[in-house]
Amino acid sequence: MQHIWIVLGVLFVLLNIAAGLIWVERRLLALWQDRLGPNRAGPLGIFIVLADTLKLFFKEDWVPPFADKWVFIAAPAVVVGTVLMSFVIIPFAPNIVVADLNIGLLFFLAMSSLGVYSIVLGGWASNNKYSLLGALRGASQMIAYEVFMGLSLMGVVMLTGSFNLGNIVAAQKDMWFIVTQPLGFVIFFIAGIAETHRLPFDIPEAESELIAGYHAEYSGMKFGMFFIGEYLGITLISAMTVTIFFGGWLGPSFLPPLAWFALKTFAFIALFVLLRASLPRPRYDQLIEYGWKVLLPLVLANLLITGAIALWIRK
Amino acid sequence: MFSHLRTMWLVFLHLFHKKATIQYPEEKIKLHPRWRGRIVLTRDPDGGERCVGCYLCAAACPVDCIALQATEDENGRRYPEFFRINFSRCIFCGYCEEACPTYAIQLIPDFEMAEYKRQDLVFEKEDLLINSEGKYPGYNFYKVAGMDAGVKSKGAGETEDPAVDVHSLLP
Repeated sequence: MQHIWIVLGVLFVLLNIAAGLIWVERRLLALWQDRLGPNRAGPLGIFIVLADTLKLFFKEDWVPPFADKWVFIAAPAVVVGTVLMSFVIIPFAPNIVVADLNIGLLFFLAMSSLGVYSIVLGGWASNNKYSLLGALRGASQMIAYEVFMGLSLMGVVMLTGSFNLGNIVAAQKDMWFIVTQPLGFVIFFIAGIAETHRLPFDIPEAESELIAGYHAEYSGMKFGMFFIGEYLGITLISAMTVTIFFGGWLGPSFLPPLAWFALKTFAFIALFVLLRASLPRPRYDQLIEYGWKVLLPLVLANLLITGAIALWIRK
Repeated sequence: MFSHLRTMWLVFLHLFHKKATIQYPEEKIKLHPRWRGRIVLTRDPDGGERCVGCYLCAAACPVDCIALQATEDENGRRYPEFFRINFSRCIFCGYCEEACPTYAIQLIPDFEMAEYKRQDLVFEKEDLLINSEGKYPGYNFYKVAGMDAGVKSKGAGETEDPAVDVHSLLP
């Protein structure tokens, strides 16, 4: 009985955060661009979330006649489904975790691999040259960066000896892993940005030459699902970074552990928005080249050095 | 990588800069005095209407939004019987203000004239006439014109010579 409340609570909070991120992103982006964001609708402009959600509900939810109907409908469901599934392994507080899997980290990597399907299926089902190009670029970018997302986390796994996220948080009691694995953190964060295809890696969607990329043909709630899926992805990567490198729910005791987790996650979400406000978008081939030629050697070097130091300490 | 981090830091500092947004309607935009906004009909320093119904503004208007009819009062002073401006057509170019010989019609820096019905945008003389001299204070056309319209007699104007008696035999 206790567990069902955790599950429902996590689901409720996550969907609200994904919607609230609409407001957060618009206001933070505006503040960093020397202007005020929406501040008229409701106190501090918070009703803009309601306005956006209602707008998406009222839009015509049209499946193009030339599109592959069932795949077209399934693609947004895939993205939201996989991201929500990835949240089951994250420990929000000492005993609030939906599923304390022994292979938690592997499960997260598997789910993000499945998330690539959403882009591929969305672009393919749209039956449209430009969507297909956007989907192809998106898929190759995500697959490339997934390789080192997994490898960058292996350093942490080596130091902890377990894939279980609860154990990883517990192992950071004395020192957060950001101190011992700074390179791993940087590479994991960059790979995470590429996974959620946010700026500066948003080739699949904000291409002005590909119109809107893989979700050009989507409207109404299906587009809303892609949108929510992207915001949930941001929350997921922030939560994973906090859990693995920044101590999860650990912190001085004047705040409850859940509050520490929320604060740290929110700081990383703000960092995602800062990246969107500040960095230009690299060209597609520069992006992929950066991934394979710079980040992959770095992550392998990180793994080598971590392994060597771990062996030497254990001696 | 360092340039990226520097960019992010500099953009982050923008959080503390002054924002460029003007929060209308609590704050208003500063307009200069010759900003071409709403059209008004002004009065002269003695309180009479400046407009003499010469139709020059209606002729100058590029979109024909001014309609008026001139008439005379018992002193011979001309004034508009009705004066109508259709603000849904007006382009606020200011040609009528340039054409007016008596500084009657003027454009003032006011733009808050939004209405719900298009018919409410047709302003009549009672909506246009204001109790002020507008942008050009101290000018009364009838004080420098030659004729006698109840303001001054012939020859008594500000830059006038005394009138010649056309009925006497002397040159």
